[in-house]
Amino acid sequence: MADRISDETIEYVGILAKLELSEEERTAAKGDMERMLDYIDILNELDTLGTEPMSHVFPANNVFREDVVTNGDGSEETLANAPVRAGQSFKVPKTIG
Amino acid sequence: MAKQYETVIGLEVHVELATKTKIFCGCSTAFGGAPNTHTCPVCTGMPGSLPVLNKQVVEYAAAIGLAANCEIARVCKFDRKNYFYPDNPQNYQISQLYLPIARNGYIEIETGNIRKKIRIHEMHMEEDAGKLVHDEWDDTSLVDYNRSGVPLVEIVSEPDMRSAEEVIAYLEKLRLIIQYLGASDCKLQEGSMRADVNLSVQEVGSGKFGTRTEMKNLNSFKAISRAIEGERRRQIELLEEGKEVVQETRRWDDNKEVSFVMRSKEDAKDYRYFPEPDLVPVVLDDEWLAEIRARQPELRTEKLARYRKEFDIPEYDAEIITASKHMADIFEAVAFLCGKPKKAANWLIVETLRLLKERGQEPEDICFAPENLAKLIGMTEAGVVNSSVAKEVFEKIFDENIDPEKYVEEKGLKIESDEGALKAVLSKVIAENPQAAADYRNGKKKALGALVGQTMKEMKGKADPGAVNRRLKEMLPLKKKSQSPSNTSS
Amino acid sequence: MDIKCLTAVELGKKIGVGEVTVREAAEAALAQIEKVEERVHSFVTVNRERALERADKVQRLLDRGELTGPLAGVPMAVKDNLCTEGMPTTCSSRILENFVPSYTAEAVKRLEAAGAVMLGKTNMDEFAMGSTTETSYFGVTRNPWDLEHVPGGSSGGSCAAVAAEECFYALGSDTGGSIRQPSAFCGVVGMKPTYGTVSRYGLIAYGSSLDQIGPVARDVTDCAAVLEAIAGHDPKDSTSAKKESYAFTKALTEDVQGMRIGIPKDYFGGGLDKEIKEQIYQMVRELEKRGAISEEFDLNLVKYAVPAYYVIASAEASSNLSRFDGVKYGYRTSGYEGLHNMYKKSRSEGFGPEVKRRIMLGSFVLSSGYYDAYYLKALRTKALIKQAFDRAFAKYDVIIAPAAPATAPKLGSSLSDPIKMYLSDVYTVSVNLAGLPAVSVPVGTDSKGLPIGMQIIGDCYQENKIIRAAYTAERIRTYARPQLAAAEEKGGR
Repeated sequence: MADRISDETIEYVGILAKLELSEEERTAAKGDMERMLDYIDILNELDTLGTEPMSHVFPANNVFREDVVTNGDGSEETLANAPVRAGQSFKVPKTIG
Repeated sequence: MAKQYETVIGLEVHVELATKTKIFCGCSTAFGGAPNTHTCPVCTGMPGSLPVLNKQVVEYAAAIGLAANCEIARVCKFDRKNYFYPDNPQNYQISQLYLPIARNGYIEIETGNIRKKIRIHEMHMEEDAGKLVHDEWDDTSLVDYNRSGVPLVEIVSEPDMRSAEEVIAYLEKLRLIIQYLGASDCKLQEGSMRADVNLSVQEVGSGKFGTRTEMKNLNSFKAISRAIEGERRRQIELLEEGKEVVQETRRWDDNKEVSFVMRSKEDAKDYRYFPEPDLVPVVLDDEWLAEIRARQPELRTEKLARYRKEFDIPEYDAEIITASKHMADIFEAVAFLCGKPKKAANWLIVETLRLLKERGQEPEDICFAPENLAKLIGMTEAGVVNSSVAKEVFEKIFDENIDPEKYVEEKGLKIESDEGALKAVLSKVIAENPQAAADYRNGKKKALGALVGQTMKEMKGKADPGAVNRRLKEMLPLKKKSQSPSNTSS
Repeated sequence: MDIKCLTAVELGKKIGVGEVTVREAAEAALAQIEKVEERVHSFVTVNRERALERADKVQRLLDRGELTGPLAGVPMAVKDNLCTEGMPTTCSSRILENFVPSYTAEAVKRLEAAGAVMLGKTNMDEFAMGSTTETSYFGVTRNPWDLEHVPGGSSGGSCAAVAAEECFYALGSDTGGSIRQPSAFCGVVGMKPTYGTVSRYGLIAYGSSLDQIGPVARDVTDCAAVLEAIAGHDPKDSTSAKKESYAFTKALTEDVQGMRIGIPKDYFGGGLDKEIKEQIYQMVRELEKRGAISEEFDLNLVKYAVPAYYVIASAEASSNLSRFDGVKYGYRTSGYEGLHNMYKKSRSEGFGPEVKRRIMLGSFVLSSGYYDAYYLKALRTKALIKQAFDRAFAKYDVIIAPAAPATAPKLGSSLSDPIKMYLSDVYTVSVNLAGLPAVSVPVGTDSKGLPIGMQIIGDCYQENKIIRAAYTAERIRTYARPQLAAAEEKGGR
């Protein structure tokens, strides 16, 4: 199926995924995604009516931890790889306003 | 004739649970602390880290669900809510969409004399985000993940409320229930309880809801009331001008009393929820639910009933005290320690409430030790301090949680029991105020007050006014009026 | 004695009796790295000093009797998507080029407790997305059997390092075949355990519901020994299983008497290289001679596995990789205007094309309006595939299949057509969807001299059955060394 992915869709998915594609990449992404989706469409041959979606393969449940503090001051480890750091905090471009 | 509008309100309430640790890691949830000190790879979204669910979160959430008359899901699951924001370290929030822990509950509220059920659509568990501090000067924000991963429940009501009054009643009721469960302290100012208001207006009788907006950043009951009024007016104005209300999220600015749209091209509200593969389902079987139910602490109505039975205090006092779980806990501790529930209640209802009001605080903010109030009650009962000194000492207890015994000792505020000293002062006062003494003796009873006052002043308040009164009367026998046959020897 | 030719367990024994010191072992491996690394490029990071220091420490522990066990002192390598405290962990991506974790993956920790000496971190397809190790930001890894060919992927660095005798074993990770396929291409033994057998804590996630860490080794004995060391319940991983026994080495017996082998017809049809088909059939006949019973059957659904896999893996990846945003760690672009531009530029510059392709696809299939049609449909397909395997394992002890439709392709021949590349995962991805254990063992070489791998698939937690079958197969066709390694000695194998 051709043209199932519009330029707007690529733009929109780019916003969701926080990816900025060049013109060239965008064209390539459009083509790739269309071909992938065409390919994925063979799943529609399968009758999955009445089959529950399976997210976990094995039936495990109720895995918990107890409410006990096990971690101390982790700030140095947490901040060790910060691209931009200000004192004890991560620094980012202003988020509001 | 002007059109009549009805306001339709639903709430999304976030409550931080009172666990010791975060929802998915062993970091402390304690308030304060330098930025990023309560963090680890899990709550900062380090690659390769994995979440493990805190059992206490499930128990608190289930307890709240039960108390809010919800159906508790036998099987619930976590989902990822995907969106980019720096306070959200993984850029997804672990939440529950498809199978939340509780559904279909209600809470009964009372406004005026009308009782009403506010239905709860669903309640789910999720993780809180970190904190952003904005630097106005260099256009940056600082990120602190200490709050990242603190457990939350989000309680989503049906659009059943019609006024700010109902909204406040609902929130107060919800808060009371959760506080009684010990599941959260629910402080709006500190953000451990937060409400987002979904509001629409509709023409009366139209029978169909208008387009709603969502209002965020409301951190006091007053702000909520003002925001509801503001948004209601804004929407009605739009409709009156023939414009349309746009479905959007707005941020309330309580200082300016206006709201702003929170929207940008980069914020597509498409969260791409899908089942969290790193966590397994939670199964709440009958046995576990029964345990949670059995562990449920005494709720307010039960407490009221017990107060009626156990304590000889007026119903009105009991109502006020139990309106805050924290206050009720203090009351019970004080009553137990001093054995005088009536006095304990009195101190809380009169002096404590007065001081709270003066300081602009809530009952939850009371931070003195019950022992100290109990001691003070004991001291007044024993006549160690008089009532005006006691009030002064209580204020110190309220503000600084001092030990009243030590304090009274240090400040020399004890009632003087040295008879000699009192007698000397009395003689001095009588000698210095001959006119007042004569007036009294001549039957001008009011004159005695001036003498008592003067004596108390000389004694620096450390005398028992009753005793002063009595001694003065002894020292100043009334002059006999002509032909009065009284032989007053009582 | 040439130390580097020993298997891990052989070396461990010699170290244990003091015949070889840990430092000698480490130096032998480091010398081989020095010799061949320029040609093969298996590693992203080699830390010589750290390895030697560690070797001496392990030696002291051994000398004091505080450390025993088959792998104590044996040098190994770790795929670069497993976090290692104090050592860069890059996922072969620019976005993590300078990332140094403060924690070590549980599987690596367990090996360290068993006395492992880590030499460095191995190259891989960026974020494990690829089948050739050509999508690495740090350059391609070459196949030690023929340097013009790829080693497979995504654990290509681990498999090449083991084949080139740069280390005695390595850890890999397998989301859709990433251990088994490169193991087949490099003529080594690689195993993906049952989902939940090895803790994923510290493994930088690609598709969380599919990812599993596993050993890459020179032979089945080493493979079982390494698996035994890394397996076990971990409270830090909620999907980690709790089993009574993790004794895998006890399955190292040459015994397939009565073993029921299922041969899925759909795996041996068109599209499969004839030489591979022939050699696997040959091996099955050999196993039958030793008492195994084989039968062909229809597994069905084979052609649906790859599309279902790509939907699920891409969806999970789009979410897992959203944490790489230039805020907390990793690459941040140098010039940006505002927050969202910073996000977009950092990510667009930090990720390579294949990663971006899968993030885009994953974001799309989860987006509003498509979730049911793609994501839920894929999860339903996964359920059907699991059911198909359940039916098969009611009849068979193991399933034997190819690990890949062809032997290692030439460098540069795969990336141009993504779908063709994805299709080469056709024999491996179903196993991940169903959470099953599977091992790839070498069964010979094709006419070009490139190794052929045979995949043995077991039912969940039946690792011991596939180890037994693999061990027996290995008795029939013993381990062969690649030209590159062998050429250093007598010139041929």
